[in-house]
Amino acid sequence: MDNLQILISAPIFSLQLLIDGILIGSIFALAAYGMAMVWGVMKIINFAQGEFVILGGFLLFSLTRVGFNPFLAIPLAAAGLFIVGWVLYHIVIVRIVEKDLFISILATFGIAILLQQLMNQVFGADVQTVDPGLDTWFLFDNAITVLQIKVVSFFIAVALGIILALFMRKTRLGQAIRATAQDARSARILGVDTNRVYATTFAINAAICGAAGALVVMTWVIQPFAGLAYTIRSFMIVIIAGIGNVSAVIFAGLGLGAAENFAGFLLGAEFQAAFIFSLLVVILVWRNFKLRLQRRYLK
Amino acid sequence: MNIPGRQTLLYGIIIIASLIAPGVMPAYQTQLAFLWLMVVFALSWDIIGGQMGYNSFGNIVFFGLGMYATAVVQRNMHFDIEEYVHVAGRVETLTPVQYLEGLFLGMGLGAVIAVAAAAVLGACILAMGMRGQYFGICTLGLGVAAGELANGWEYIGAGSGLVTPVFPDQLGERGFFFYYIFFILAVIAFLTLRWLYSGRFGLAINAIRDDEDKAEAMGIHTTRHKIVAWCISAFFLSIAGGAAGHLIGFIDPTEVAFAGPTFGVWMILMAILGGKGTLWGPVIGAVIFHVTQEFFWTYLFGWQRVALGALIVCIVVFFPMGIMGWMRERWPERFGYRVEKSQAAGASGGGEL
Amino acid sequence: MSEQQLMVEKVSKRFGGVVANENITLSVPTGSIIGLIGPNGSGKTTLFNSIVGYHPVEEGSIRFEGQELTSMRVQTIARLGLLRTFQQTRIYGQMTCVENMQISVPHNNEGIRTMFSKYPHEVTEKAESLLEFVGLFEKRYLMAGDLSFGQQKLLEFAMALMNEPKMLLLDEPTAGINPTLINGLIERLKRTNADLGITLFVIEHNMRAIMNLAEHIYCLAHGQLLTSGPPEQIQKDQKVIDAYLGAE
Repeated sequence: MDNLQILISAPIFSLQLLIDGILIGSIFALAAYGMAMVWGVMKIINFAQGEFVILGGFLLFSLTRVGFNPFLAIPLAAAGLFIVGWVLYHIVIVRIVEKDLFISILATFGIAILLQQLMNQVFGADVQTVDPGLDTWFLFDNAITVLQIKVVSFFIAVALGIILALFMRKTRLGQAIRATAQDARSARILGVDTNRVYATTFAINAAICGAAGALVVMTWVIQPFAGLAYTIRSFMIVIIAGIGNVSAVIFAGLGLGAAENFAGFLLGAEFQAAFIFSLLVVILVWRNFKLRLQRRYLK
Repeated sequence: MNIPGRQTLLYGIIIIASLIAPGVMPAYQTQLAFLWLMVVFALSWDIIGGQMGYNSFGNIVFFGLGMYATAVVQRNMHFDIEEYVHVAGRVETLTPVQYLEGLFLGMGLGAVIAVAAAAVLGACILAMGMRGQYFGICTLGLGVAAGELANGWEYIGAGSGLVTPVFPDQLGERGFFFYYIFFILAVIAFLTLRWLYSGRFGLAINAIRDDEDKAEAMGIHTTRHKIVAWCISAFFLSIAGGAAGHLIGFIDPTEVAFAGPTFGVWMILMAILGGKGTLWGPVIGAVIFHVTQEFFWTYLFGWQRVALGALIVCIVVFFPMGIMGWMRERWPERFGYRVEKSQAAGASGGGEL
Repeated sequence: MSEQQLMVEKVSKRFGGVVANENITLSVPTGSIIGLIGPNGSGKTTLFNSIVGYHPVEEGSIRFEGQELTSMRVQTIARLGLLRTFQQTRIYGQMTCVENMQISVPHNNEGIRTMFSKYPHEVTEKAESLLEFVGLFEKRYLMAGDLSFGQQKLLEFAMALMNEPKMLLLDEPTAGINPTLINGLIERLKRTNADLGITLFVIEHNMRAIMNLAEHIYCLAHGQLLTSGPPEQIQKDQKVIDAYLGAE
């Protein structure tokens, strides 16, 4: 807890942690938004969420290797993941979409392992990053440093979120998706092609993750086996915020980013992952405890 | 048709074949030992995953706890800790008696710790009524968190792992010795579960699986059964862990002890493949899975883990009922599901409802 | 009338802003058959849920044989001998009928030792005789989940009897049962009450059935107790007819 001393004696440093945390939290929120969408519409908890993120990162990494500008490559990474999501839906997800949740968790978990191992095989197990070629801002007499790319990625994440929200509200497909989320059977009776809606939803989610991964590889690092942490983060954010509550997802995402940053600093980097997963357990137990006090209505 | 006679014959054949297997195939002793480990994995997962319907992704926690506990006991009993860590376990070899003392004491202590952990976790999670996917994800978090904590804890070697003492030569081949340890463990686990499933306990956890609300409404002590079931699962896993650590010889926190993505997923998969919620299913699933996996390792160099991922998806998506489940659906009469004419024929007309 | 086995006093239950039960007072005497009727959404099942402990009530007290139930948990209440069946029948689908029955033995006075014991022969015999009582003897080795809805309903009833309750709360026992067999079911319910001495408290929509079965009927509407009385009186009560036809 030596680091706590630092925070107390130099409060400005906690501002640094807070800013970094919030900026990275926007990416978590983006991936969580996708997870909430799939969960809400398809009643599937996608355990390959984190692997989609990492795959998006590797895609951007490869595109920049062959000479693309990293920012122009973001839409390409998203498009690539859209295709991956579409294909995965038609091969696997279509068969589990209306089965019980355990099957869907296990099947997407299997996809996650498959993707991890594929990435490991293709890209190698090393940690990779992409240098976007941006500067750093120094604030308060150099007490705080802010990487410009983090700010840029924050705004890209926000913009993507807004575009998605508009898409869900304004377009016919978005409305069909929302209708299916409320009641798939009724939607089907009223002529919504739910199969197409599911495929699109899953693919859009993959694309969101792809974009998030592209931002991660520029602001942070990626590694083939780092996906599970993103899945768990997304899941936690959705649990805290509730499915279908966009603004809560954003706040939970930013909050988680900040909390994680502080924990990583205070406990030491080696315990940061342990913190995330322990936090998951604590949140679930706490949520359960609260639910237990509430009503249960049995017919 | 003499069913009990046939059953005895079947058990006899399996036991005799298992007893002579390591002698017949000395080159495969270690793989065969792992085969029994897989059987223990699948059986112990199936207690709560299959029979009770609580799909745990984190049972690997107990495996890791047992493994570390045994290794630490072995280390602290016979060695100076600092010196041991410094030379990474390559100190003078233990005498067979010392080795066995440490091993069995460690396994015992590991079992106590793991059962206590299961009871405490059960009180926090199961007794509070966490169910379904939330239980699954919570246990997944537990498994990974345990690995990460072990990864940062210096006392047990942190990320650089822990080496178990060298196997003393006087005890013969390491693979040979542990083959029988795992074989005995698997047999005990199987017989214990067969006994448990045939009485009240089995029916109670099945009732929890089928409809927990109903079980509560009928007054079944659901919490007690859930926690005890988890403890039994933890017990076998921790002993298996203690022995596995010594067989492998090196304990890596996330790759060996709390190996969620490998052992942790495999135990679920094997139970599903064989048919979860049946007694023989996990055993059959473990054997088939282990052989397949060894096959992958031999012939798909480099791509075996990819193939394994694909296999998981295929089993879960296309064959979720498993071998025994499929057979039960195909020939229900063989499993005793049949209409039986009553002696008091036409006692009442309710049957035609 | 003999002593009151179940006393519900001024019980109120709200879900958010929705009042499900308000100020309900009723009582069930030992050994009687009491009916509870009311239009859909009038709070009958909520009252059952409150009695057997699924949710805390905001106000009021519920006493069963003198013991306060409002702070007890579901299982504890069930072990006291106050059992309920479900409107949407609940049985253990992947177990055979006999197993369904065996696991339904009374669970009070169960220690850790009994947890691991086997069932004595008498339990199986009793299970089979009860299955015969409801007419499921031939199907006793079938998976309960493979039975028809009506059969599952009978199985659930038999399971409840297996538990040797003192009082049974039945949530629509005749719903989904073939109309020609309802009379047989009513007969069985009456025999249960008379021979085994089990008090019955029955929610029912089938008026003919409940009028035939119950000796006293409570009627709920909009979460409140509308009226109560013997069947003949309820049948003629203008308030009850209005509540059902929505004349208010």
